[in-house]
Amino acid sequence: MLKIEGLFKQFGGFIAINDVSFELIEGEKHAIIGPNGAGKTTFFNLVTGHLLPDRGSVAFQGEDITGRPPHRIVKLGLARSFQRINIYPRMSVFENVQVALIARERQELRFFSLAAGLCGPETNELLELVGLDEEADELAGELAYGKQKQLELAIALAENPRVLLLDEPTAGMSPSETEEAIRLIREIADARGLTLLFTEHDMTVVFGIADRITVLHHGEIIASGAPEAVRSDPVVRQVYLGEEEAVNGAA
Amino acid sequence: MTGRMTRPVLAACLTVLVLLALVPLLESNYLIDLFNEIMIYALFALSLNVIIGYSGNVSFGHAAYFAIGGYTMAILLTTYEWSLLPAFAASVAFSFVASGVVAYFCTRLTDIYFAMLTLAFSMLVWGVAFKWRSMTGGDDGFVGVDVPAFIAERVPFYYFSLVVIATAVAVLWVICHSAFGRALLAVRENPVRAGFVGINTRLMRWWAFVVAGTFAGIAGSLFAMVHRGMYTESAFWPESATVLIMTLLGGMYSFFGPAIGAASLFLLERLTNEYTEYWPLVLGTILLAILMFLPEGLAGLAQAVRRQILRGR
Ligand SMILES: Nc1ncnc2c1ncn2[C@@H]1O[C@H](COP(=O)(O)OP(=O)(O)O)[C@@H](O)[C@H]1O
Ligand SMILES: [Mg+2]
Repeated sequence: MLKIEGLFKQFGGFIAINDVSFELIEGEKHAIIGPNGAGKTTFFNLVTGHLLPDRGSVAFQGEDITGRPPHRIVKLGLARSFQRINIYPRMSVFENVQVALIARERQELRFFSLAAGLCGPETNELLELVGLDEEADELAGELAYGKQKQLELAIALAENPRVLLLDEPTAGMSPSETEEAIRLIREIADARGLTLLFTEHDMTVVFGIADRITVLHHGEIIASGAPEAVRSDPVVRQVYLGEEEAVNGAA
Repeated sequence: MTGRMTRPVLAACLTVLVLLALVPLLESNYLIDLFNEIMIYALFALSLNVIIGYSGNVSFGHAAYFAIGGYTMAILLTTYEWSLLPAFAASVAFSFVASGVVAYFCTRLTDIYFAMLTLAFSMLVWGVAFKWRSMTGGDDGFVGVDVPAFIAERVPFYYFSLVVIATAVAVLWVICHSAFGRALLAVRENPVRAGFVGINTRLMRWWAFVVAGTFAGIAGSLFAMVHRGMYTESAFWPESATVLIMTLLGGMYSFFGPAIGAASLFLLERLTNEYTEYWPLVLGTILLAILMFLPEGLAGLAQAVRRQILRGR
């Protein structure tokens, strides 16, 4: 579905993504894990056109999309959410989702069709799906953090993507919010037949959703495979799980 | 800003429209001219707000399109003796094309670079008006515009102006509240996110600029007719600054805010000039007051007051 070859990106002299090759298979729920600064967000930014790679290629459904701007990549059915909240703060929750639908229906250059009634039912459906129907008229910027995260998800879903990239969908959430969010994401992905690629640093989240896990470390893939295999991989244990154990041990 | 036309807003619009229609009954040439001018500048400021309030960019050169509309109208009516409708259509079309060309370059940039480029282009337009003496009259101005006989008198022209401006404002309202207007707000609020839901942000900003330029051109062409002339001052940067201040004073987060700002500033200027010669000083103080205390302008202030009252109940 998504095929990445020899992706390379450096910032100044710092190599953030180092020759990463990767394939996402249709229908799978794939997690990319790695400690903070491993390059997960950068990897997403390269795949979705937010950043230009120095080398390497990205192909989506057999089509080379390297270097295309995000707004064209999204139209192919590849949507994403962001690790840091990325919504329209001064617009209502309803409008936040509605705009995504307007764009999907290619209505953004309709100068004379009033926005008020556009895509109403579908917007409400999406808000209900992520549990924001009661907040529809509130300003998005005034929502609680966890709810903004859900809004982020609704906006991405509004694109009706085939592949959904979620960058740390539960970052900053409380344990109960996290659990709820995982359940929701798994449900939605199954119901819509989505191919899911998500990054995470929280292990419980990963094992709760993923069919396959790729471990990124210092911009390089050090392991990839089924959750159990990755969990018991000695290199992974050393650089990632080991760190956690070390932290736990110290605590 | 983002909702539908609410009852109170609609009622207020109709009231203003009726009051404006009654102005000629006062039989004061001074007031007719004053209100005609206010209406023209209200449209001018509303047009600028498509760039500022809706697309989230600041233009320092919006007078250019006002002047282009005005000069085109003046020249076509007078030098080429076109009749009203074709001249008006051509002046609107030319404002559209000119702003389209400028927008092509400006929308490659954002923030201060965008603003500076709009300023540069407006200086260019001013330069052409200033230098191309044979066509524009240079710094003497283009004087003696031939206004068609049926609107040559003050009162008929006032009503013509009122109809054109009311129609233009209505169309602008629809555009700002359309699917386009909503997507444009998203671009203002968060261009990165807008890109990631599939909106071509540069194209949207291009259109915002062109809509703004076109409606400024309409305002300018009325200005040329009401004054029977067009002058280089209309293209000069202080004119761009004035309309920018009107927009900020009225409030950029409200559709009608800039019109309120235009009216307030105009009346204030007339009032100030009655008593002192220090209008620039007053203007500076107003600007300071907006920036320090009224970031959302008069419209924002009105909303805040209304919220307070509703809360108090
Ligand atoms: N735009 C940028 N400019 C410079 N350095 C960056 C930029 N984006 C990310 N980095 C650096 O690249 C590394 C990887 O960051 P990131 O992709 O955000 O990691 P992760 O998402 O895995 O925590 C970090 O060291 C970060 O400081
Ligand atoms: Mg990250």
